[in-house]
Amino acid sequence: MAIKPNTAFLTSYRIYVAAFFVFLAAPLVAAGMFAFNDSVFPSLPWQGFTLDWFFNDSEPKLGMFHDRRLLRGLYYSFVIASFVSLLSVFVGTCNAFLFVRCRFPAKDFFYIMMVVPLVIPGVILGISILLLASNIANGAEESLSLDLDFLRPGIVLVVLGQFSFITTITSLVIIARLRKFDQSMEEAAYNLGASRARVLRTITLPFLFPAMAAAGIVAFLVSFENFNTTLFLVGSEAPLTITMYDRMVKVGSTPVLNAVSFFLMVGSALLALVSILVQRDKPQT
Amino acid sequence: MMQNDIKRLSLFLLFAPFALWIILLIVLPHLGMFYISLQEKVGPRVYEFGLANYINFFNEPIYWNTLIRTGSMSMLVTVLALLLGFPIAYYIAKIAGNRTRGALFLMCLIPLWVSDLIRAFGWILLLRETGIISSSLQWAGLINTPIEFLYNDAAVIMGLVYTVILFMIVPLVSTLDGMDNSMIEAGYNLGGNGPTVLRRIIIPYAMPGIVSGCIVVFMLTAGSYLTPILLGGKNSSWFTEQIYDQFITRYNWESGAAFGFLLLAFTSLVIWGGLKLSGQTLNSTVARS
Repeated sequence: MAIKPNTAFLTSYRIYVAAFFVFLAAPLVAAGMFAFNDSVFPSLPWQGFTLDWFFNDSEPKLGMFHDRRLLRGLYYSFVIASFVSLLSVFVGTCNAFLFVRCRFPAKDFFYIMMVVPLVIPGVILGISILLLASNIANGAEESLSLDLDFLRPGIVLVVLGQFSFITTITSLVIIARLRKFDQSMEEAAYNLGASRARVLRTITLPFLFPAMAAAGIVAFLVSFENFNTTLFLVGSEAPLTITMYDRMVKVGSTPVLNAVSFFLMVGSALLALVSILVQRDKPQT
Repeated sequence: MMQNDIKRLSLFLLFAPFALWIILLIVLPHLGMFYISLQEKVGPRVYEFGLANYINFFNEPIYWNTLIRTGSMSMLVTVLALLLGFPIAYYIAKIAGNRTRGALFLMCLIPLWVSDLIRAFGWILLLRETGIISSSLQWAGLINTPIEFLYNDAAVIMGLVYTVILFMIVPLVSTLDGMDNSMIEAGYNLGGNGPTVLRRIIIPYAMPGIVSGCIVVFMLTAGSYLTPILLGGKNSSWFTEQIYDQFITRYNWESGAAFGFLLLAFTSLVIWGGLKLSGQTLNSTVARS
């Protein structure tokens, strides 16, 4: 312990920290709890425990696993997040090698360029990509009478929009890991006659793998929960967050949204746990 | 010779994805947005180069008032997040025992993995007229009629602080974690009291973390869309809402692009000012990993 303050101070400090964590948990508990309330409104009083909001197959208590729109949203979110995660881990790994291993002019400038997407508001990323894609598509239609459908709002644009800032996150995670790599391990392998490809495959990539997996999971989760960027790029294939928002605005809050929230919270908690476990270093001997 | 060629080739191969990403998805779209914002509509499908969209913004008080309001509320949220988050970060990094430290840090991260939408939804269920807080207060007999806690500025600010405070705590914990306890002890041994040690030793040391947290928090707040709309209702007047309105409701992309560019310029200006005032750079703060 750094400071030894008096006990009264420490006690009130502890109470503040505890209150802070109650504050952090409160809305999540509220959102999760009503998924199990046997009522058509997500509000008190408590009407008894039910799993209807997950599994019931008829109105007025249509469960989330029977709600076609929500399931479709979940499916599109899953597809989008998988693409974003694979793409951003690939580019993030390239960036890590580029910035840790290579020497080239204006490296500091390019490094800042790599970080910039993280500080651009998501709404702006969304509209700027929408504008560029639409202008290219319009131009191609008018002058070449080409129909570039993938540049219209839809899954491809959503993936590109999310990829544009998630890649910064994956790059930073993988760069941090590659910086810790002991290059003498590679040199030893070269001295033993291994080829570049083989060294990469058997030594460097296995070392990087935990960071790549963790970055992939983070990318998947960030993509899954993204709203701001997606809002402007979405076509008819709306991912789950957009579907939920529509439902909230048009129908009002219903407990099926609590069920989805609960499902998502449990899902992300499990994935986050996996990402922590893969990143944990094995004890060195 | 061979070795050099291989090096050059691998540099090129590694640089290509980076360049494609930054040029196609970041640089070109923003240049394009700036270009479109300078197009003024003079007739149906007829455009001229000019500043009309920007002039229109400054002539219409409701637009720049919204931008100023968004900016000042974002600064308030940033300051609140720093004041509330710093003691938590300090507790996690310096006071908590080894075992509780990891657990507390993880607990801090949990809301990070939950969508903005769900967090806002949770606050709605707590704060609205028929919500948990109002009905609990009624049940306890403290109030007689239901109270609406939603749809005011306080709800928006609280919701935003909640959404962004983790981005303040995480960089603070990592900088404070690297600080040697003996520095604090030395401060006390030299006769400093709590506040002096905090002001002269801990805060200067934590400055990169503080600046980094403030930048990210400010950007996230100014660019947020869901929380102000859902917790503030129709009158939240957040600038991103104006952008959405121009784009989707009025279908006026030229003016929407101008608004987008103004938001970007405004937030960049605030961040540049913050970096200059604190004597930090983007590299020493946000990019530090």
